[in-house]
Amino acid sequence: MTYVGMPTPKETPQETMAKIAGTAAGMKVVIVGGGVSGLSAGWWLARSGAQVTVLDKGIVGWEASGRNGGGASHYQSPLFEEEQRMWPHMDELLGYPTEHQQERLVIAVSPKQLNQYHYLAKMNNDMGYRVDLLDGDQVRSMVPLAGDNCLGGMHYRFGGHANPQRSVQAYAWALQDLGGRIYQHNPVTGFETEGGKVVAVHATSGRHECDAVVVAAGPQIQGLMAKLGVVVPLAAARAEMIVTEPAPMMPIGGVDGNGLYGRQTLRGNLAYGGGPHEWLETFEAGPPARPSSPLTRNLARRVAELFPKAAHLNVIRSWAGIVENTPDGRPIIDRMKDPENVTVITMSGVGFGLSPASGHAVRDLVVDGQCSFTDIKKLSLSRFDGIGADWREQRGWQAPQAA
Amino acid sequence: MHLNNGTDPHAIGTKLPAPEARYDMVVVGAGPAGLAAALAGAGEGKSVLLVDENPIPGAAMGNDVPLLFGGRMTTATQSAVRMLETVFMSEPQLEAAMEAGVEVLLGTSAWGVYRNGPGMTGLPESVVALADKDRGWIVGYNELVLATGARDLAIGFPGWNQPGVMGAAALERLLAHYEAFAGKRILIVGSHDLALETALLARDKGVEVAGLVEVRSAPQGDAALAEAVRAAQIPFFLEDAPAEAIGGIDGVERVRLRSGAEIAVDTIVLAIGLVPSIELIDAMGGKRVLDGARGGYIPGENEGVTCVGDCAGLADTGFDHVEYRMEWARELGALSKPDTIVCQCEEVTRADLLGVQPPRYLERPAPMQARSLDTLIKDGPPNPDQIKRLTRAGMGVCQGRRCRDQVAMMLAMAADGPFGSVPLATHRAPVRPLPLRILADWEESEEMRAGWDVWFGIPTQWVPYRDIDTPREREHQTAIAEGWSL
Ligand SMILES: Cc1cc2nc3c(=O)[nH]c(=O)nc-3n(C[C@H](O)[C@H](O)[C@H](O)COP(=O)(O)OP(=O)(O)OC[C@H]3O[C@@H](n4cnc5c(N)ncnc54)[C@H](O)[C@@H]3O)c2cc1C
Repeated sequence: MTYVGMPTPKETPQETMAKIAGTAAGMKVVIVGGGVSGLSAGWWLARSGAQVTVLDKGIVGWEASGRNGGGASHYQSPLFEEEQRMWPHMDELLGYPTEHQQERLVIAVSPKQLNQYHYLAKMNNDMGYRVDLLDGDQVRSMVPLAGDNCLGGMHYRFGGHANPQRSVQAYAWALQDLGGRIYQHNPVTGFETEGGKVVAVHATSGRHECDAVVVAAGPQIQGLMAKLGVVVPLAAARAEMIVTEPAPMMPIGGVDGNGLYGRQTLRGNLAYGGGPHEWLETFEAGPPARPSSPLTRNLARRVAELFPKAAHLNVIRSWAGIVENTPDGRPIIDRMKDPENVTVITMSGVGFGLSPASGHAVRDLVVDGQCSFTDIKKLSLSRFDGIGADWREQRGWQAPQAA
Repeated sequence: MHLNNGTDPHAIGTKLPAPEARYDMVVVGAGPAGLAAALAGAGEGKSVLLVDENPIPGAAMGNDVPLLFGGRMTTATQSAVRMLETVFMSEPQLEAAMEAGVEVLLGTSAWGVYRNGPGMTGLPESVVALADKDRGWIVGYNELVLATGARDLAIGFPGWNQPGVMGAAALERLLAHYEAFAGKRILIVGSHDLALETALLARDKGVEVAGLVEVRSAPQGDAALAEAVRAAQIPFFLEDAPAEAIGGIDGVERVRLRSGAEIAVDTIVLAIGLVPSIELIDAMGGKRVLDGARGGYIPGENEGVTCVGDCAGLADTGFDHVEYRMEWARELGALSKPDTIVCQCEEVTRADLLGVQPPRYLERPAPMQARSLDTLIKDGPPNPDQIKRLTRAGMGVCQGRRCRDQVAMMLAMAADGPFGSVPLATHRAPVRPLPLRILADWEESEEMRAGWDVWFGIPTQWVPYRDIDTPREREHQTAIAEGWSL
């Protein structure tokens, strides 16, 4: 189940589970937000013996976590090796299917794309992650839907993809099976602090006492943390995807390129996204709508170019999700100094794939105060200390209304 | 840190294109209501575009889009040219509309309506997205009239997932507009006005009607219509229901009723009810309301959009359509078996749906098997979109047309609530399944191409962690950013 192209892990996930069992016994943790980040953290904490309560304003995974591309190949992240170690075991550890599949192909239909992919391949090989370069014929033999326009590509001998909705539900159910509680339709409205700690979280379901809090509320983190006097710079944007009817199964479903990310699902559907995003205002109650736009047509075009042999397939749905972004596009995973029992996690648009590892990091911060398996200091909130109030304007990231 | 100096080249900005053409009025649907609206608009001197998706392409009909054709169309439907002629001849008002200056496009579906509003400001103006057999495009409008009619309501029972089980609206389409119905002898399910009218139409068109099955104790529709059916020697099977459709390789051959009676027919016509076609309204995020007397969910007030004809709601005769179909759903549910298919596209059985089980190509470990709709309901009211994602019911190529309504009814029953206590599964554009190559914008702007990025175009995002804050960081950023705008 390990990857050809990744360093061999020092420990099996099962050994890790045995090691953490009971380390947080009796600890009451309240998690704000039932997306993948909050649920994975909750699951890791429950595996450590904590009493976990997850509060979500709606249904688990209803925001970005249930609307994303399902990609799990974020080699740039310090969490990546841990993610790679965990994913192949997640079905077994959670007890529910996630549809996780290994490996990834990225294929080019223009010389510029091919150049870009060669650069990325080298960047990965330099890190010790194996990427094989492919010529057009090699791609065509591995990707039956590719066409004569394909110039070549690269084969990540690592990475992969999973079904976002199924995975979110798997985390949630596994958490419940460990005694964790999930309150849906339960927005958190405030915190009660005492002696530099949050002692209770207020939600529509009432007051939830806690020893520790994890704030994993996506774009809403900014408003929630402001209540605690902490500035978390975040900007929300809408991103869109389309999906076709099932195509014949390809040997590796994780194929993208041509300016798209996405995958062939285990059912055969081609689900792809990419292209321009729209910056939005963030509302405390969550997004009022998640509309898709005529960008559907530009996505359809790129999928048809990527897979000429699938161009006749029907598109059956489009959708949009709201992406949380930090000013540098990198996650924030950090335990606060004040209140000192609050941990913040937001993944800046790459949170699904990394979720098996991000939950582990949060567990470590909550229980031990530091991450046990990798250095995550460069993901701390303090890198944005003193960021100007106009950081969105400086980047052109403001919502158009405000422009 | 990477700054864009106040502009983000990868944001939507002004990249979405202006419409190819603009009309004072765009009318979707060329039935009587749409034609009347188009003629009225033209009479006022407006520029009017009238689109209608008929004749439906054979492939779509095979997927029961947009009506439940049940595989009972003749091969005539494979000839696009001939169908176009037949459809045109079947509606004399089409010619009148053209003479009045209306631009009429047949074989053209409207698959989306887009406008700025919550969560979207990037559109140059409100547009309707269209497609014909060759291409997709968008048009602008001042006034939008939706006259999209009503679609078939399907409720499953053992054997319903085979050719020969169809809907009343589909039968009407095949008989009255396409001259392409392949069946000879039919049994009609239901006895309200729709069922009675279907019986009389079929009889007039030379189709043998073996009877009408009614779950209640008396015919439900208009007394005069029921009398006309009786006068035509068409029997009613009252307090009865189809227990099983039995067939062979060409589909239905006979029906066994709950009472035990067996009837030889080649087609079972579901005429329990029609559902106003609110796909476009719902997909554009428009308002809708539930009105049992008008056929279920109907459009609410939506600025700039007028709904006319059946899509605005069925005629209110005081009959509660929702209560009636719920009664049928309970009865047909009781006659169903655990392995009775609910979602035909994804082959989801009743047991899988109620058990919230994943499709067969996935493992079902013990914890998974212990889950069910009951355990899910403990966490909050069931949401069809959530159930759909887990079971795949409604996720197929028919876009949930065959199972959306029965799933909604099943969920309401499972939650012990009335229909409407469970939210409606959302509709999403494209509201018709359309090939990638047709939807594709092959003439997109240079701005769109230049600004395209696979993700957000934030170069710092992709720098390997170990290279952050080192001299290599800048190198990666530059190389990565150069690769954008593919
Ligand atoms: C179209 C699209 C494609 C994507 N593709 C990929 C991909 O291929 N791979 C990848 O790794 N990532 C991808 N992403 C990004 C990924 O989905 C996110 O990074 C990830 O889901 C974030 O998870 P989260 O749990 O941090 O946040 P969210 O999913 O946003 O969850 C936050 C939760 O907090 C809840 N909440 C908010 N406010 C409150 C409150 N006051 N009280 C209680 N609860 C609250 C919300 O209801 C929500 O459920 C994509 C995203 C989108 C939109």
